[in-house]
Amino acid sequence: MIFSFIIPISLVLLGFIVGRINEARHFADLQQREASFQHVVLSDLKTIPEGMNRSQFVSGSVVISIDYYKRIIASIRMFFGGEVASYQSLLTRARREAILRMIDEADDYDSKYIANIRIETSKVFENDDGIGSLEVYAYGTALS
Amino acid sequence: MVLCPNKKEMNNMQISNLESIPGTKIIKHLGMVQGNTVRAKHVGRDILAGLKNIVGGELHAYTELLTESRQQSTDRMIAQATAMGANAVLNVRFSTSSVSAGASEIYVYGTAVVVQVE
Repeated sequence: MIFSFIIPISLVLLGFIVGRINEARHFADLQQREASFQHVVLSDLKTIPEGMNRSQFVSGSVVISIDYYKRIIASIRMFFGGEVASYQSLLTRARREAILRMIDEADDYDSKYIANIRIETSKVFENDDGIGSLEVYAYGTALS
Repeated sequence: MVLCPNKKEMNNMQISNLESIPGTKIIKHLGMVQGNTVRAKHVGRDILAGLKNIVGGELHAYTELLTESRQQSTDRMIAQATAMGANAVLNVRFSTSSVSAGASEIYVYGTAVVVQVE
């Protein structure tokens, strides 16, 4: 009888603690990598700047999922309405990660300019119980 | 679907999501080319991802799976463009959709053209 309470509560606690540590670590990592790629210009325009004569398709993607604790907080939030901050940080993380992976690929081609960037977000592999994960795919053309 | 181009020609295909390739001129438009694939996750990956769902974070197995399927649909598009005699595919767009529980479709399309160095 008591086990039926212990398991869900420990899952929420585990999600809260580990999820929080992971998120803080991921944000710190993102900030550091973004700082090291500051010289790369990102643009979603189709125009090709003067002097660029080589192009290469580049992309980056990431599949990410939310932790147990945040999922519960979000479902409570959905009852009252308003801004769902826990999902927002998840989307921000995924998008920044995907963009960084794209820049990383462009860096391999010694490119300093990425044109026509498109970012696509989609829900993938959703289960019957509605627990899905989120994919962010960023792509563009690296010019040099 | 026509799928019998040789590999060497396929590797020479230039892919871009711009409307032109710098330093080249489009000499012929050949029309739209496309490629798609529907992939399902397998149970082993699903169990691991289920565990990861507790703590959140990146699901590496799924990232890999989707990268792989995106590569496959791009290859199919390139195969079609090669069969048409193109040497570049321009204005490439990707789209992903969840078709049923546990399966995702990746669709990629673009315009096959012949480009020439100016």
